[in-house]
Amino acid sequence: MELQRQKNFDPVFRWLATLCGALVVLMVAGIFWELVEGSQLSLHKFGVGFIFSQAWNPVKEDFGAASSIYGTLVSTAIAMFLAVPLSLIIALFLVELAPPWLSRIVGAAIELLAAIPSIIFGMWGLFVFAPFMADYVQPFLADVPGGPLFSGVKMGIGMLTAGIILALMILPYITSVTRDIFLMVPAVVKESAYGMGSTTWEVSRKVTIPYGIQGIVGACFLGLARAIGETMAVTFVIGNRHEISASLFSAGNSIASTLANEFTEAAEPIYLSSLVELGLVLFGVTFLLQLLAQWWLKRTKRKMGVA
Amino acid sequence: MDKATTLQVKHGLAEVAQEPVMTASSSRLLDAAQVKISTRNLNFYYGDHQALIDNNLDVAANKVTAIIGPSGCGKSTHLRTYNRIFELYRHQRVSGEILLDGKNLLDPNWDILELRRRVGMIFQKPTPFSMSVFDNVAYGLRLHYRMSRGEMQGRVETALRQAALWEEVKDKLDQPGMALSGGQQQRLCMARAIAVEPEVVLMDEPTSAIDPVATAKIEDLISSLKNKYTIVIVTHNMQQAARISDYTAFFYQGQIVEFGPTKNIFTKPAKKQTEDYVTGRFG
Amino acid sequence: MKEKSIAGRRFRDLLVRGLACLAAVIGIAFLAWILYVVMAHGLGAINWDFFTERPAPPGMEGGGMGSAIVGTLVLTGLAMLIGVPIGLLAGVYLAEFGGHTRLGECVRFTTNMLMGTPSIIIGVFVYIIMVVPMKNFSGYAGAVSLAIIMLPVVTRTTEDMLQLVPSALRESALALGAPRWKVTLGVVFRAAKNGLITGILLAVARVSGETAPLLFTALNSPYWLSSLNEPTGNLTVTIFNYAMSPYPDWQAMAWGASFLITAGVLSATVFTRSLLWFRSHR
Repeated sequence: MELQRQKNFDPVFRWLATLCGALVVLMVAGIFWELVEGSQLSLHKFGVGFIFSQAWNPVKEDFGAASSIYGTLVSTAIAMFLAVPLSLIIALFLVELAPPWLSRIVGAAIELLAAIPSIIFGMWGLFVFAPFMADYVQPFLADVPGGPLFSGVKMGIGMLTAGIILALMILPYITSVTRDIFLMVPAVVKESAYGMGSTTWEVSRKVTIPYGIQGIVGACFLGLARAIGETMAVTFVIGNRHEISASLFSAGNSIASTLANEFTEAAEPIYLSSLVELGLVLFGVTFLLQLLAQWWLKRTKRKMGVA
Repeated sequence: MDKATTLQVKHGLAEVAQEPVMTASSSRLLDAAQVKISTRNLNFYYGDHQALIDNNLDVAANKVTAIIGPSGCGKSTHLRTYNRIFELYRHQRVSGEILLDGKNLLDPNWDILELRRRVGMIFQKPTPFSMSVFDNVAYGLRLHYRMSRGEMQGRVETALRQAALWEEVKDKLDQPGMALSGGQQQRLCMARAIAVEPEVVLMDEPTSAIDPVATAKIEDLISSLKNKYTIVIVTHNMQQAARISDYTAFFYQGQIVEFGPTKNIFTKPAKKQTEDYVTGRFG
Repeated sequence: MKEKSIAGRRFRDLLVRGLACLAAVIGIAFLAWILYVVMAHGLGAINWDFFTERPAPPGMEGGGMGSAIVGTLVLTGLAMLIGVPIGLLAGVYLAEFGGHTRLGECVRFTTNMLMGTPSIIIGVFVYIIMVVPMKNFSGYAGAVSLAIIMLPVVTRTTEDMLQLVPSALRESALALGAPRWKVTLGVVFRAAKNGLITGILLAVARVSGETAPLLFTALNSPYWLSSLNEPTGNLTVTIFNYAMSPYPDWQAMAWGASFLITAGVLSATVFTRSLLWFRSHR
């Protein structure tokens, strides 16, 4: 009797679990829906031109996403440019070069970097790293021939600093995935390469990395997606100015930093709607990237399983 | 039927060799000029565990020497000392001497990159690299030499012909090496190894992961290669050893129990242990 | 045909080895730098008042982060109460029931999407669905947004951990006649206990350091927590506000709060991971 009653709970349990699973799907659909709804005003007023307009004037109620998009793109590009090679080479260090005890320590340190909350990067960035950039790095770079890239006031905060801090933040993710990829290369394959008389670098460059290149690309996608949506660290140091400039020293804005800085101040509906539309753009881009990354990684796993 | 004839029939050997039987303590060949690699008092350790005990062995030049024995007896371990591939692993070490053309290859002064160009290795699992067929074969060439495109193409073709693979892949040189069948991949690895024209080719159970038809092709290949190269092959397949090798060493628990011309080992083994193994009483 | 110089090849190898070591050093150096800075600036601001007082008005001396600390703890705790059960059940769905159905694939896909969604977008979303209709910022909205961030992480961890449990275990329990829900919650959960707890702790630790989702949901408040249906003080948004302010004593407070958050999150992470390592090496 008792057991029968308990058994009757089974379908309820299953239904509950299914509901919770479906809730996740609903959530993502809901986010998309609400963002589109919230952008209606701005979509109607500005249309497609919103993406390309450099305007950002709350008084005149003229808004455009270009400056925010530009800031997101540039800071992310800098971050990837710095983080990807650094991650690759650190992963190489962890797998091929370091003795096991050192590999564990350094690996743990890199993972600790991932655990530090974003706002802490912001604090360190604003109060310590930015002045450091202003006093030492930017004057040095100003002498390097780079055209308009390294021109302008050396105030420490700005696009370059934001990009460097972003690089630090995505480094652990790319390193960790790449390290796992390198570990998946079968020992016999590496031994074959060494057996032919290769140095460690030659084996890594010609055999290990090509073997795992698909997974490495997937890791980069993940890092990219993370960098694009990163908010607090960037908000602290990017300078909060809606402007497109060729100089990496200049202040700017990313989509996330614009939202963080201005969302609570947006009184007029059109202002709010424009901000929500910015959010929609960010969500859309992140969504697409995730899609690509997941599809790519699935392909990779299948290939590596075969080979 | 006497014992010798029984064994003879069992292994399909045509005749019994007339050379004197060698004792285990002297696994030495009589003519020093014939010796390519000579192992002297070799001991091998995985951490605290000793895997090879006082190995003494001569490998004859331009012949196929087979190393047989039950699983875990140290066959592969012994083979892997010849190109010092064990040095990739921290807790593996060795004592004793291995003379390649009279010079000790375990000497730290001997450049390991140079050694591995002279001593090539084929593994149990085919290991094509993530590159085209052509690039696979050219890998060693690009590593050690600078040559013109024409020369490179010539060397690659020669190696593939020697590996009896040219006809099958000559139109597929740009395709990934991993797209070939298992047997073809293993022959690709052999082409890759011989492209740099080593002096010695080590083979660690090269056909254990390959189907019988491809295995036969590879065995023919090995026989044809011995004119140019010295070959040492580890195999757990006794029939294979009987078919293709000139000399055979029988390993047991890290020691060389018996060594001699293959025909002797399989028809008139000096030690009971050897006889028990080759007749299948254990192993 | 010319032989390539071995010395040249060895030099390149050495160069790359050197660069790799340098890269590792750079990584660790930045970590050490950040941790040092947080400690150096933050320790000075920590005192008894820091924990017991609520923030003073701008320009006035004294005050502390007591109310913000309580707020963060309450918000994180509430988020846990919402996010963990839903995440567990969703993970159960994926591992035990519908993992290979089309809906299951969909759930898995959207879980990954949600995990990769920027936390500020979650904040905007919760603003639209809770703050606007309720016409006020609230701790509830803040907790909900934190829960949404926690949800996919818990779901994924649960699915992974439950899948590690061998099916033989489930089958033997079912063969004894136990109902499915008892098998899952009793036997399977118990077997996956360690991994589950670790995963949840890590998710909670991560969420407690989040700022962006609270910016337009819980907002911030200098008062002690009285009702969750109004702006709720919390450490992270306080850091944001204070850091951007022109008052040096507020900035010092921000450092103190940063130190507290960092110490909390890192020690929770290290503790959890070493528990995992310790258990698997026993």
